[in-house]
Amino acid sequence: MSVTQEAVAVRPVSASAPRPQPSRRHLHGSDFTWSIAFVVPYAALFVAFVIYPMGYGLWMGSDPALYGELLADPRYRRAAVNTALFVGLAVNVQMVLALLLSGFFARRRRWIKMLLVVFILPWTLPAVPAYLSFHWMLVAYPQGLLDNLLSALFGIESVFWFHDGWTALACNIVAHIWKWMPLWTLVFLGGRMAIPQDLLDAADIDGASRHQRFAYVVMPLLANLYLVSTLIATIWAFGDYSPVYFVSGGGPAFASEVLSTLGYHYALDFANPPLGVAANLSVLALLIPVAVFLMSRLKAREVLL
Amino acid sequence: MSAVSFSERPRGRTQHRVQRLLIETGSILLAVVLLIWTLVPIYNMFLVALDPGGHNEFTDEIYPSQPTLAAFTDLWTAEVEDVRDIWPEFANSIWIGLVVMTLTALVGSLASFAIGRMRLGRDWTITTSALLIYVIPSSVLIIPFLRVMHIYGLMDNPWAVIAAEVTFATPYAILILHYYAKLIPLELDDAARIDGASVVQVYLRIYLPLMAPALAAVGTYALLFAWNDYFYQYMLLSSEDNTTVAVALEQFFDDDDAPWNYMMAISILYSLPPIAIFFALRRYIASGLTAGGIKG
Repeated sequence: MSVTQEAVAVRPVSASAPRPQPSRRHLHGSDFTWSIAFVVPYAALFVAFVIYPMGYGLWMGSDPALYGELLADPRYRRAAVNTALFVGLAVNVQMVLALLLSGFFARRRRWIKMLLVVFILPWTLPAVPAYLSFHWMLVAYPQGLLDNLLSALFGIESVFWFHDGWTALACNIVAHIWKWMPLWTLVFLGGRMAIPQDLLDAADIDGASRHQRFAYVVMPLLANLYLVSTLIATIWAFGDYSPVYFVSGGGPAFASEVLSTLGYHYALDFANPPLGVAANLSVLALLIPVAVFLMSRLKAREVLL
Repeated sequence: MSAVSFSERPRGRTQHRVQRLLIETGSILLAVVLLIWTLVPIYNMFLVALDPGGHNEFTDEIYPSQPTLAAFTDLWTAEVEDVRDIWPEFANSIWIGLVVMTLTALVGSLASFAIGRMRLGRDWTITTSALLIYVIPSSVLIIPFLRVMHIYGLMDNPWAVIAAEVTFATPYAILILHYYAKLIPLELDDAARIDGASVVQVYLRIYLPLMAPALAAVGTYALLFAWNDYFYQYMLLSSEDNTTVAVALEQFFDDDDAPWNYMMAISILYSLPPIAIFFALRRYIASGLTAGGIKG
């Protein structure tokens, strides 16, 4: 319907009954005061605990020399590489696997529904217990469960998972995937369930194979959800210090630190808070473009995770 | 044409059967892999919790040869030095969780009432600011946050944790409440106002009762948020009186001679409430997840 058609359609109605909309927009006197009073609690919290610390942080990290100092520090360069690997691998592996698994869990079988209940357990666990268990499972000395399993089943000798930065990083990545993949599987499962069945039936009638149905019907419909989920997962992965802190502990000798945990060490262990803030702000510089792109792709209803 | 399809039928049917068999076998294999992947770390928690030693005594066991519930019963009696404070710590965690739940529902409903029902602002302002907080990782904010808490004199104070958690749980709460409130006709508010109800009465008598399901969802979210958070609790709480379970676990972890069986027993107990909540509400969580759906 064009604008003129719409205007024509509306006119008889608006002629008989005055439209209430314009007068509603304005708040008068005491109503306005009340509405302000209702927002004040949250506004106060927001200013006191978000705006002020944020401004304080920007001020602490405003000295350009800090960033030169960061770049000169090999620990920072290693943490930057680790962060890129952590985010790049953890996010993409968990999203692709979650997408594929959502197809498996979409099958209408009773036992698959029961399996889903078990499968989402890692997501429901609080982070600390989950990652503590991972740590304990992997420590080679004293012996952890994984090494015992490997030697019992395949006769493989203990692997010192945390003695090398790269395997330690891999352990952190696996732990992160273990914890978060169930959530994204559920999200994609929800997306698949929302695809109208008649579209899939139509594809079947047209003789589409499973692969064609996935590639030409399911995937285009899930594309936006996949993109938005990937962006959110990316932002979370950038800020996820828990696996690094609890699983590998950042060791050996800072070799598996990521930027968010390194900033913390600068501030609290090396008593150099401005440098820690600078390290965190350098992450924020990467996050802001992602967040802005995310906002532009997002209709608010989609955030109901 | 019919002759052609007739001659092809039998081969097509066996092919179909083989394909189906392959899919079934594949499904079962995948299920086994998924079970192992999911359950090994969880099994490990029980393995360690049921181990009688705990104090760094190690064997090559992949199953508990002398399983004992000692770690759990010691928690219950709280007579062992390591776990003497465990129940006060649980009480602190529960207390913080409940206060965060209540305050998030209160602060969030007030703000969403003013913005949505009284038309104070526009949709995009709240959704944008809510999303902004939703996506900023707490690790980025934490260092200046600690400084600011020093300035406020709120270090080692449970209210600092509560304030922080309410601040970070509320934007999402406002978002949910805002969109749920759109289901309730504004004419209800207007009718009440014409009948002489004050703003506060509309909020208390109309808005809150009608929003009960959304408030329950938001409260649950805030409770789980507070329960799963350890970062703010660990950073802000230091004295023994204020320690929560999450902080206690972290302190065990930092201890070289940590009693791992107690640690895992506490971990299991600490994991039970969120798991129970998730499974009690899983139908609603599933529908919440699908609400986002593919419409975008």
